[in-house]
Amino acid sequence: MARKPSDRRIIGKALRKIDAVAKVTGTTRFADDLAFPRMLYCKLLRATHPHARVVSIDASAARALDGVQAVLTGKDLPIPFGILPVSQDEHALCVDKVRFIGDPVAAVAATSEETATAALDRITVAYEPLRSFDSAEAAVANPEPRIHDYGDSGNLHKLIDLEFGDAAAGIAEGDVVREDLFFFEGNTHLPMEQHAAVAVWSPDGKLTLWSSTQTPHYVHRALAKVLELPPARVRVIATPNGGGFGGKSDPFNHEIAVAKLAMLTGRPVKITLTREEVFYCHRGRHPTLMWVRTGVKKSGAITGMHFRSLLDGGAYGSYGVASTYYTGALQTVTYNIPRYHFQGARAFTNKAPCGPKRGHGTPQPRFALEVHVDKIAEQLGLDPAELRLRTLVPPNSLTANYLRVGSMGLGRCIEKVIAGSEWKKRFRQLPEGRGVGLACSSYISGAGLPIYWNNMPHSGVQLKCDRSGGVTVFCGSTDIGQGSDSILAYIVAEILGIDPFDIAVVTADTDLTPVDLGSYSSRVTLMSGNAALQAAERARQILAVHAAKQLEVPVDRLQFADGRVFDGNDSKRGMSFADAVQAAEAAAGTVGTVGSYTPPRSAGRYRGAGVGPSPAYSYSACVAEVDVDPETGIVRVPTIWIAHDVGRSINAATVIGQVEGSIYMGLGEALMEEMAYRGNRNVVHKIPSLLEYKSPTTLEMCDVITYLVEDPDPNGPFGAKEVGQGPLLPVMPAVANAVYDAVGVRIDEVPITPEKVLKALRRKAKGEAGRVGPESFPDIPWPEPTRVPTPWEGGDGKAVEQVRA
Amino acid sequence: MLRLPSFRYLQPASLTEALRMKRDAGPDGMFVAGGTDLYPNMKRRHQEPRTVISLMGISDLRATEGRKDGTTVGSCLTLRDLSVLPAFRPYAAVATAARLVSTPLLRNMGTLGGNLCLDTRCNYYNQSYEWRKSIDFCMKKDGKICWVAPSSPRCWAVSSSDVAPVMVAIGAEYGLIGPHGERVVPAARFYNNDGINYLTKQTDEILVEVRLPASNGWDAVYHKLRRRGSFDFPVLGVAAWINWQSGAGSREPLVNDARIVLGGVASYPQEIAEAAAALRGKPLSDETIAAAAEAAYRPSKPMDNTDFDLSWRKQMTRVYVKRALEELRARHT
Repeated sequence: MARKPSDRRIIGKALRKIDAVAKVTGTTRFADDLAFPRMLYCKLLRATHPHARVVSIDASAARALDGVQAVLTGKDLPIPFGILPVSQDEHALCVDKVRFIGDPVAAVAATSEETATAALDRITVAYEPLRSFDSAEAAVANPEPRIHDYGDSGNLHKLIDLEFGDAAAGIAEGDVVREDLFFFEGNTHLPMEQHAAVAVWSPDGKLTLWSSTQTPHYVHRALAKVLELPPARVRVIATPNGGGFGGKSDPFNHEIAVAKLAMLTGRPVKITLTREEVFYCHRGRHPTLMWVRTGVKKSGAITGMHFRSLLDGGAYGSYGVASTYYTGALQTVTYNIPRYHFQGARAFTNKAPCGPKRGHGTPQPRFALEVHVDKIAEQLGLDPAELRLRTLVPPNSLTANYLRVGSMGLGRCIEKVIAGSEWKKRFRQLPEGRGVGLACSSYISGAGLPIYWNNMPHSGVQLKCDRSGGVTVFCGSTDIGQGSDSILAYIVAEILGIDPFDIAVVTADTDLTPVDLGSYSSRVTLMSGNAALQAAERARQILAVHAAKQLEVPVDRLQFADGRVFDGNDSKRGMSFADAVQAAEAAAGTVGTVGSYTPPRSAGRYRGAGVGPSPAYSYSACVAEVDVDPETGIVRVPTIWIAHDVGRSINAATVIGQVEGSIYMGLGEALMEEMAYRGNRNVVHKIPSLLEYKSPTTLEMCDVITYLVEDPDPNGPFGAKEVGQGPLLPVMPAVANAVYDAVGVRIDEVPITPEKVLKALRRKAKGEAGRVGPESFPDIPWPEPTRVPTPWEGGDGKAVEQVRA
Repeated sequence: MLRLPSFRYLQPASLTEALRMKRDAGPDGMFVAGGTDLYPNMKRRHQEPRTVISLMGISDLRATEGRKDGTTVGSCLTLRDLSVLPAFRPYAAVATAARLVSTPLLRNMGTLGGNLCLDTRCNYYNQSYEWRKSIDFCMKKDGKICWVAPSSPRCWAVSSSDVAPVMVAIGAEYGLIGPHGERVVPAARFYNNDGINYLTKQTDEILVEVRLPASNGWDAVYHKLRRRGSFDFPVLGVAAWINWQSGAGSREPLVNDARIVLGGVASYPQEIAEAAAALRGKPLSDETIAAAAEAAYRPSKPMDNTDFDLSWRKQMTRVYVKRALEELRARHT
């Protein structure tokens, strides 16, 4: 008998996380806390040139140093790897070329970290410098020398051109056609825990790697490939991550290096990166230049949109191809865009590689779109909230680019923040220097397709019911602090009617747990949650059958709650949960079930349709209030109101935690964070430290008023959608729009620093356009567009045949 | 992780013992107080002492003493002590500057003397050994060139102390002890405008105490510009000191004397004589304040080696000097 939502004991409640006590008492064992007898310490020698051929490496002096047990160079690990099958362009140690300052060229294992560090200075590397490129524009302008010998054109890694309907004709139908340029600066994840990994090689030829990774399954695959080991002899255990935010989603060179060193020396080998090295791992936000042109009716209805993005990818592929698609994918799921043209390019440059950071490829276009819409509203004389409400994508619909929108709570989100912030009394009515701005967003709850092609489930759960009444959940998912282990326990506890703290959760261990693809793309609650839900329902079914026999009650009348199994019509007639397990075990043997989850098939059939589809989209609306000091240009954000359509919260406290954390991270991106490089000195990262890479402290954090909008989605467990990434997206454009409301200047790029605000104010005072932002978009050799007729043009999701003149 | 290299750590109980230990250790020896500056620098191989001599066990260095003509404070008082001790109430600007240094944790360890002797900073210099190797080092450590101004014969690292500009502004004096005895120098003469030789103190001298002048007839404030409300070193500090003319009666109060000192824009706390001249003998009217702010703006020449754009930092000199003087005016009326 399924319980009504109102009868739920656990789902939606603000329960403690199952690992909370361990975290606050310091007993959680992170990767760097692990130690083994005879363990060696690894350090990596990193490139001191941004782009150079490696002529020779002499490590003899390092090998001769007392305490050094092994030194590896590129030739010891010749097989390339990379997270995407199409971008296998990394080596654990550079083989013939270095591509950014920080690229590793040698690895040392020694009996102490001090000795390993000393050994680095005894390795001589001869380089032949090559011309280096420090921006996407420089890479566009200079096809040679190529940073990689693959890619779509010169130093352009990826070129995309997708057209859904005749966008130019659509735009021309607008009463107003608006064109804008935006730039979103690169920034990094800044997890508190620096990456660490420990490898152990057993005498019987088995490798175990503990690592602070968000994706043990992909690390497993990369290790087996590069080390040429049978995958069954490789075990990867993801330790609890002290924050990830996307920065620990790639297989990393240091993980492979310690594994190889453990195999060579027969001793455990550990590496803990310095903060500076974490900046070199990066995989953060792509610096992105954007151009958008939109046609709009006087009513606010969009008639067509053309969007271009140019991403600065840094030195390697990483997730970059997906990131590039993402800069064009989700424009269509908030406001109705009947015809849409997207062109995206990703350049290789000689900087730390970019990749997925919270929001993966979508905060940049979302910033552009939301500021663009704010400008359109002003041009049309419409309140920006009203304009948005008029153009919302309806629920249960298909977009021009074939994304299937299910539940859609954005309208309610807008209404919540408009009411909460007293928008109508404040917008364009606050005194000079104070302002409010509105922005919205949407994000995926997991990607529709896996990273490598396969038709297996995206998440699997095994469940073991013990005769003690305890239950163990096994799942490959990785808790990176977001609470995914707790979510598994809550869901199983809800279904089986037991205390979540009686559930043991075993996760992220490739020997013990069924595959879950990893903690990225906001997929875990929905996907592993659905897998856990299925496994728990199957277990309840088994237990119910045998309990029903013993209690002589029809199966469908049984309830599972408060650690008991009982007759829903007569609660005294029942047994303890443990007795129910024992009854089932006695009758049918060990009680165990499995569950798995595969997302629904996506509607798009064109090349590139793999990025964007999701089982469910979350929605957020945000109003930011700012104070701008006109003498200094300094922007302060006292308050943010945010409403998030989470479908259904599994744990209200962790949902709000994710919302507040997103705002905190978003404020940093909006106001100060910047992956800055020294152009004049060798394309070196300007400020690879926690002190000088400026990220807000608690003193800069604003008050946050959060509204949860619960519009359950049929694809989510109990209706749940994502919350880990979506609420970050509207923060940056809301702040930008608020700055305009406060002092009448447009900062069309982030971060919105005091220098830029003051510059724009000066320009405005001189009678020029009060704007700071990019001035042009370079010419790019776009390919022939892939033309896909929209659903309302009778399209079936496939591209039309290319007709060449 | 970035590791501290191995070193010998000595804990003298008296100044005599400390000086002897330094003599024995020679150039490889360094004094340390709170260590919040030295130890991170040692991790990055900026300073490479083999022997580190802690001053924290010397009780003389933590004493505070009232004098007829002011107050003497020991150099090893922590910045937290300085920001809360009642003895410093008359020296609110000193307490404010101390409270604005870094974070509570570092103020619990960091000392007055440490902040006054703070190594100059530069974002070509405050980097790990490996990072500096990739720019072929700089003249402040291991290299030949100043990357901030490559044709310059000198180093342009920035004085980043919050307390030092206040000490210069209020006319404090520093008491030193060394192998050749004791000496007293005015705060302004303790600093050089050179990123490498930024102190006139010899390496074998110890900064023992700071003599604050009697707190009568003058007032001072300190304003700090930085990205965030905590952690950050100043990218601009403004210490403003005003000696009001006495017996002004009902007339608008006049400035008898003034000092404006900038931190974070040069290799030393930079006293702007022109700004003071614009104030002397005048009331603190909006016009006088604007003139002083303009006078401070012109010689303020921050370089591209800290957070923020240098031209913005220069422009902020005007705003921050103005605001500091406005605060002094408001407090006097």
